[in-house]
Amino acid sequence: MSDGVGPDGSAVALPVVDLRGVTKTYGHGDTAVHAVAGVDLVVRRGDYVAIRGASGSGKSTLMHIIGCLDLPSRGRYLLDGIDARLLDDRQQSVVRNRKIGFVFQSFNLIPRTTALANVELPLAYAGCPTALRRRLARQALERVGLADRMDHVPSRLSGGQQQRVAIARALVTDPVLLLADEPTGALDSRSTQDVLALFDQLNEAGRTLVVVTHEDEVAARAKRAVRLTDGVVVEDLRVAPVDGPPPGILAATAGTAS
Amino acid sequence: MNLVESSRLAVKGVLVNPLRSTLTTLGILIGVAAVIVLVAVGTGSSTAVQDQISRLGSNTLTVTAAQGGTGGRGGFAGRGGGFTGLRAVTRPAGSSPRIDTGTQTRLAQLTVDDAAALSDTAQAPDVVSVAPEVTARSVTATYEGAQHAVGTLTGTTPSYLVNDDDTVAAGSAFSDADYTGHRRVALLGTTVAADLVGGDGSDAVGKTIGLNGIDYTVAGVLASKGTVGPEDADDRVIAPLTAVQDTLSGYGSLDRISVKASSAATVDAATAEVEGILDARHRVTAADADFSVSSASSFLSAATSSNRTFTVLLACVAAISLLVGGIGVMNIMLVTVTERTHEIGIRKALGARRGDIVGQFLVEAVLLSVIGGLLGVLVGLAGSRFTIVGVRPVVAPYSVLLAFGVAAGVGLTFGLYPANRAAALRPIDALRHD
Repeated sequence: MSDGVGPDGSAVALPVVDLRGVTKTYGHGDTAVHAVAGVDLVVRRGDYVAIRGASGSGKSTLMHIIGCLDLPSRGRYLLDGIDARLLDDRQQSVVRNRKIGFVFQSFNLIPRTTALANVELPLAYAGCPTALRRRLARQALERVGLADRMDHVPSRLSGGQQQRVAIARALVTDPVLLLADEPTGALDSRSTQDVLALFDQLNEAGRTLVVVTHEDEVAARAKRAVRLTDGVVVEDLRVAPVDGPPPGILAATAGTAS
Repeated sequence: MNLVESSRLAVKGVLVNPLRSTLTTLGILIGVAAVIVLVAVGTGSSTAVQDQISRLGSNTLTVTAAQGGTGGRGGFAGRGGGFTGLRAVTRPAGSSPRIDTGTQTRLAQLTVDDAAALSDTAQAPDVVSVAPEVTARSVTATYEGAQHAVGTLTGTTPSYLVNDDDTVAAGSAFSDADYTGHRRVALLGTTVAADLVGGDGSDAVGKTIGLNGIDYTVAGVLASKGTVGPEDADDRVIAPLTAVQDTLSGYGSLDRISVKASSAATVDAATAEVEGILDARHRVTAADADFSVSSASSFLSAATSSNRTFTVLLACVAAISLLVGGIGVMNIMLVTVTERTHEIGIRKALGARRGDIVGQFLVEAVLLSVIGGLLGVLVGLAGSRFTIVGVRPVVAPYSVLLAFGVAAGVGLTFGLYPANRAAALRPIDALRHD
């Protein structure tokens, strides 16, 4: 299967993420630190990629670049065909808003603000009318199984519930890429399973996922595992085809069948 | 994100820390209230002085001896009947800086004769009434054990009542006959009368009171003129000039001559006539005149300008407190931005643009100062209802609008820097911040 041709044979399908020789350097001269030292990475639509690496491997920096929170020092980055280096501050905001859904380790919900209002927030910044915004936010929360928790503020939700609110918030704008940074790092094992199951469902439904993690359990659910060491890709393992269901779903159906 | 959304976020932001918001608001409140109250006090005192002066009558002139020409008393051997007092023959020693030119004896002071000359209708056709005045100091009135320190005791002629717009509430005014006859009769202001005989003071008519121990018969009680500013206009006694000179003030020069012009329109003409007559009598010219003629309007303009200075000073003090309040808003907004850096990072990651962040914090700063401004207007208006240091404040509408406008502007100005600082944060830096 080659890039540029969709599963139905139609043309298109620009890769969602297209990194070419991307570097990120902090500091100058002798004290320069190469957090990302030349990464080529193409993530196609519908893929489920786990980026793994020890702390200091540059995976966080890479995630910031992929999320348009930071710009590469050198190299080219196309997000859904858009060259991130050509974007000004305002356009970067718009791209983050429309193209990317973020899920963070620490949930990063706005405190003292209800789950519903949190999920509405990206739509508010997109200038979406109130009624539509409310409807979409409700749908997203129902999707993650929190229909009965919409009016709760984050402090009254468990970690797993907060992370599901965050996922609903990441999905509500229907982004081309769901970018998760250690999404289960702050969760107990049961909530971790809930979140990973949710990711499986989302990917099966066609959502492109990039998950930065250091946990084997999380990486094992992805279709492709990329390992980063000292700012370069040292391993790129294809576990399951881009177009098929994620390994987690396969395992579950296999388990039921036997 | 529109203004309504920003406002909703701002209200939430203000409510997150009610105590802090209240204290910040208080700073603006005090500033705005201070501007309103202090400007009202300034305006009130200005109005009071204008009232006081306009009571002098807009067509009344006052002639006073120039500096250096007053104060001499002893050397003046005049004893007059009516307006025909003796000419002074000796020049009082040391009372005038001028050099005696030999045979001429100059009159450096105002005399009863000067007053008589001003009532010459041929030379001063625009003058309708002239009243010479002496003021006796430290006079104590007594009546059957009651004592009262008189504010002002004026010795004058019956014309004074015309010039001063006085009416007699009880009894009657003294007459020209009382004046020429050196009769010891007195007209009491209501404060003096009430203090001596109690009640509203009208019982004083016909009673014999002591003025510094000398018996005077009360001819009448003057109609009340009320309190003007810190001064009680009714704390006064009026008696014939002749009797006052006999018993209380001595035969010195006059303190003033009050002159009434026929109308407000002829004040300037009357002033010129008075100056002409006195120049001739005192053998001086306009350049070296030893007297000055002032009208109510000249007092008014002097008083108005001094009052304006006073009001401006008060307003400056108040403006400073408003500025301090504004700095308080800025301070709190900077703290808020620092505290909410992480939240700003989240918002930016979710697609908030610079303008969204600026809007949120700017509206919050303006909200704080507008609430403070509104409460300050209420407090200022309430505070202006009380009499402050003897002045009844008069709220100037412009001060309310100005103070409120400045408060809102202060919020905008002092909110701009913190809001921009928040918006300029890089999303990854803001997200890392805890």
